[in-house]
Amino acid sequence: MTLDQTGTWLFGRLGLDSLPILPAFENPSTSEFIAAGAALMVIVGAIVTIALITWFGAWKPLWRDWLTSTDHKRIGIMYMVLAIVMLARGVLEGAVMRTQQAFGLHGGFLTPEHFSELFTTHGTIMIFFVAMPLIAGIVNYILPLQLGARDMSFPVMNQISLGLTTTGAALVMVSLVLAQFSNGSWAAYPPYTGLDFNPGPGPDYWIWTIVFSGIGTTLTGINFAVTIYKERAPGMHLFRMPVFCWTVLCTAIIMIFALPPLTVAALMLAADRYMDFHFFTNDLGGNMMNFVNLFWLFGHPEVYLLVIPAYGVFSETVATFSGKRLYGYTTMVYATMAIAVLSFCVWLHHFFTMGQSANVNIAFGVASMAIAVPTGVKVYNWMATMFRGRIRMTVPMIYATGFFFLFVIGGLTGVMLANPTITYQVHNTLFLVAHFHNVIIPGVVFGLLSGYHYWFPKAFGFRLHEGWGRAIALFWIFGFTFTFMPLYVLGFMGMPRRSVAFTDPAYQPMMYVALFGAALIVSGVGSMLIQLWVSVRERERLAVPLGDPWNGRTLEWAMSAPPPEYNFAVVPQVEARDDFADAKATGRAYSEPEAYEDIEMPANTAIGLGICVGTVVLGIALVFYIWWLTILSLALMVVVFVGRTFREPAPRIFPAAEVAAAHRAWLAAVRAATPIGRLDETDDLNRGLARPEHPELMEPAQ
Amino acid sequence: MRHPILHPGLNLGPHHGEAHDHAETVVFGFWVFLMSDLIIFGLMFATYVTMANPMGMAGGPGPKDAFDLGSVFAQTMTLLFSSVTFGFATLALRHERGPRQLMVWLVVTLALGLIFLGLEFRDFADMIAKGAVPQRSGYLSAFWGLVPLHGLHVASGCVWILVMLAQIRTMGLVPVVKTRLLRLGLFWHFLDLVWIGIFTIVYLMGLSQ
Amino acid sequence: MNDNGYRDDLRSYLTGFILALVLTLVPFALVVWGGLAWGTIMAILGGFALVQMVVHLRYFLHIDLSRQKREDLQLILFSVLLLALMAVGTIWIMGNLATRM
Repeated sequence: MTLDQTGTWLFGRLGLDSLPILPAFENPSTSEFIAAGAALMVIVGAIVTIALITWFGAWKPLWRDWLTSTDHKRIGIMYMVLAIVMLARGVLEGAVMRTQQAFGLHGGFLTPEHFSELFTTHGTIMIFFVAMPLIAGIVNYILPLQLGARDMSFPVMNQISLGLTTTGAALVMVSLVLAQFSNGSWAAYPPYTGLDFNPGPGPDYWIWTIVFSGIGTTLTGINFAVTIYKERAPGMHLFRMPVFCWTVLCTAIIMIFALPPLTVAALMLAADRYMDFHFFTNDLGGNMMNFVNLFWLFGHPEVYLLVIPAYGVFSETVATFSGKRLYGYTTMVYATMAIAVLSFCVWLHHFFTMGQSANVNIAFGVASMAIAVPTGVKVYNWMATMFRGRIRMTVPMIYATGFFFLFVIGGLTGVMLANPTITYQVHNTLFLVAHFHNVIIPGVVFGLLSGYHYWFPKAFGFRLHEGWGRAIALFWIFGFTFTFMPLYVLGFMGMPRRSVAFTDPAYQPMMYVALFGAALIVSGVGSMLIQLWVSVRERERLAVPLGDPWNGRTLEWAMSAPPPEYNFAVVPQVEARDDFADAKATGRAYSEPEAYEDIEMPANTAIGLGICVGTVVLGIALVFYIWWLTILSLALMVVVFVGRTFREPAPRIFPAAEVAAAHRAWLAAVRAATPIGRLDETDDLNRGLARPEHPELMEPAQ
Repeated sequence: MRHPILHPGLNLGPHHGEAHDHAETVVFGFWVFLMSDLIIFGLMFATYVTMANPMGMAGGPGPKDAFDLGSVFAQTMTLLFSSVTFGFATLALRHERGPRQLMVWLVVTLALGLIFLGLEFRDFADMIAKGAVPQRSGYLSAFWGLVPLHGLHVASGCVWILVMLAQIRTMGLVPVVKTRLLRLGLFWHFLDLVWIGIFTIVYLMGLSQ
Repeated sequence: MNDNGYRDDLRSYLTGFILALVLTLVPFALVVWGGLAWGTIMAILGGFALVQMVVHLRYFLHIDLSRQKREDLQLILFSVLLLALMAVGTIWIMGNLATRM
């Protein structure tokens, strides 16, 4: 074997030219400098993180309390951290694209390839590694608490799901340093992403990112659904669950049934690229339309996967901050279910212009418009909840207000786009870009950020700084409006999406407005970091250890903040819908149980981390054709996975005495504390014990 | 009084105590997983159907040139028998007939599974010899995406049986082993269910055109 | 456990096996010795496959209509509904597209 052959055998197609820093020396241009800068940021970021952890001697606690933990609450927080890191990258990419287009009359500073890569990674990251981990994070944290459960049904699988999601995110990050990510958009349509037109490693990065994180998401969905079905506290009938849990059930259904089409499509594309199959090629009977069909079979339910939990968050926050029970609980449940099922009936509206007959288009157009009906029901329900309520304009309510106005606009442009004749006009223009950002930002992002603000005190024992919170909410609301409303106009003017540059000067003014909006959004994300910093610094002042800062209505507020690892000292007996509100109204709350029992919790395990490292290596090996490493990492993972099933780790036991001591201490603190009224909610006086107000409005829903 | 536990019919029964309680969650979870897998198979079927036309075949070999009905019949029978023998294994587990009887039926099932894989492998080798390779046409890509995917599932089922045989030996019939055997049973029967689709849609419908 | 339960369960598997055997043999025989019109044969094959799937679910996987097992039956029916939406939709769309190319 020659040296060259050995190198190929060892490193596949990974070479020095894969490093993006070198082209910046060879061809010094702005575009290359941005690429090299991003690569350096990843490397420096990784080094700084490792150095900081070492400096603070945090490796051991990090390993023991976080990386090997099977606690749903810690897993939830790790998802959130992942999401926020990726959000920073995604927003910066968006801002770079806005800047490029603002100066894009006859040019700009990015090459078309670089611009394409930016919109590809921006889309992939925002959907798979911001929105989905935010959802998985919040749901992981809140769902068992709301159901009265001690953990998810499958704690170890939960950790593996986190590992696989992290693998996807890690591969996207690695692609900044080794070669480039795909430039075929987040939907990665072949034949452009096929081997004939795109022989580089880019689309392979996309494939394995999607496959690994997709499997993780499917497992997450199974976990959520089984937890809802099997882990509810006694007395918690399905129709006593908080609406948030119902929305999680719908999301879980979509995760279970809509991720397989994506996995199938991505693996078929992989078969085309790696083994010369002809699923989607131009020649020999391949049909690239089939990819489009499969992708949107996933893609449309996916957007409901994202927005439905946000509906759930708004259902909780609007009821809490209006001091009323949620209006129309049952219709809310049926509306959510209807949306979940309808979401599987409309995927064709993403490709009305593919060439099928008008009859097919009409059928899917009508189904798409039908989704507006249950969504409308929900919006009216929220408004009716606020009607004559005692509304406090806290941060989640600011988000909710922005959501009501902006999301309805987004929904209505969706109804416009559900009409095939209109789609033929605005298809592939910025109108579409404006539409889907208009549902995803005011819907998903506002919902999840308000959930972050709402539940943060539960997770960490102190509130987030209210003033900065309001600033962030306003930055997002106005940032969104200024960025994306101009894009509607530009879409009507005919500007195509995904263009690096344009020649019509008429587009320019609106582009400047959009750039201003992007600056506001970047300020919002920056303010989030400042808020976190300020809140941690002032955590004594903001502390709410008693656990109920907002006069909450559901079970998660009926415990200390942060909650003990086993959540409930004794599994609660649920008597009503909005059980904690009912308990506070009837005096059941904060009572001492008759007896405590030993609690068994699953032991720590490193399997999730192992799978994460293994699949990252596997992904890189596959992307760069390093076959020995592919086989080695795959085999190693199988052996470890099977091997660990041969012994059952002993559970960790929390003795009854310990549980009782902790619970009694908390109850004593509750009795010693002065309850505060809602006017002092955002004041330092708030220690997490609420004074019941308007008991007649606190009645639980019947 | 009836035991209040709700989960799929294939279960251990209340006399298994802790294992039976534990099975409620894990078996339900496994059903949900299988349903997700069902979607994957269903979409491979749908792709196959949309490719099974002259355009998809692109002048390459079609069903009549590539398939051997006799061998498919033998595979179908093998898999059906293996379903029944796995059923006997489940009965031995459920009615506590002792680990020996359980292991014998598992070994028989494993043998049938391996025979199935052998027959299928021979078919694939024949097809390759005839030039019916996935690189030839979209139609053949769809075939090679669907049928070997099922074969891969059967192969992993065989590995799973081996692992369970080892676990019965080393760990004994502890609750976790029992629930794993239940899930393996579901998996095995599910694969036979998918095979009904394959022999009907791919082979029988393909050859009767 | 008493022997009766065992025998009942055994009978269930054997019934399922015989039904499945018949439901397999007939379609194979039809294809080998058939001579029916194409449409008829497709309908018969499809029908037999569906019935056999139900037989497997009933006798091997023990899914039936009793209240205890309702949750799982619902899961299966819901999955089949979604699969039908996806698969039939795909075949409809791609078939329609193919006739227009």
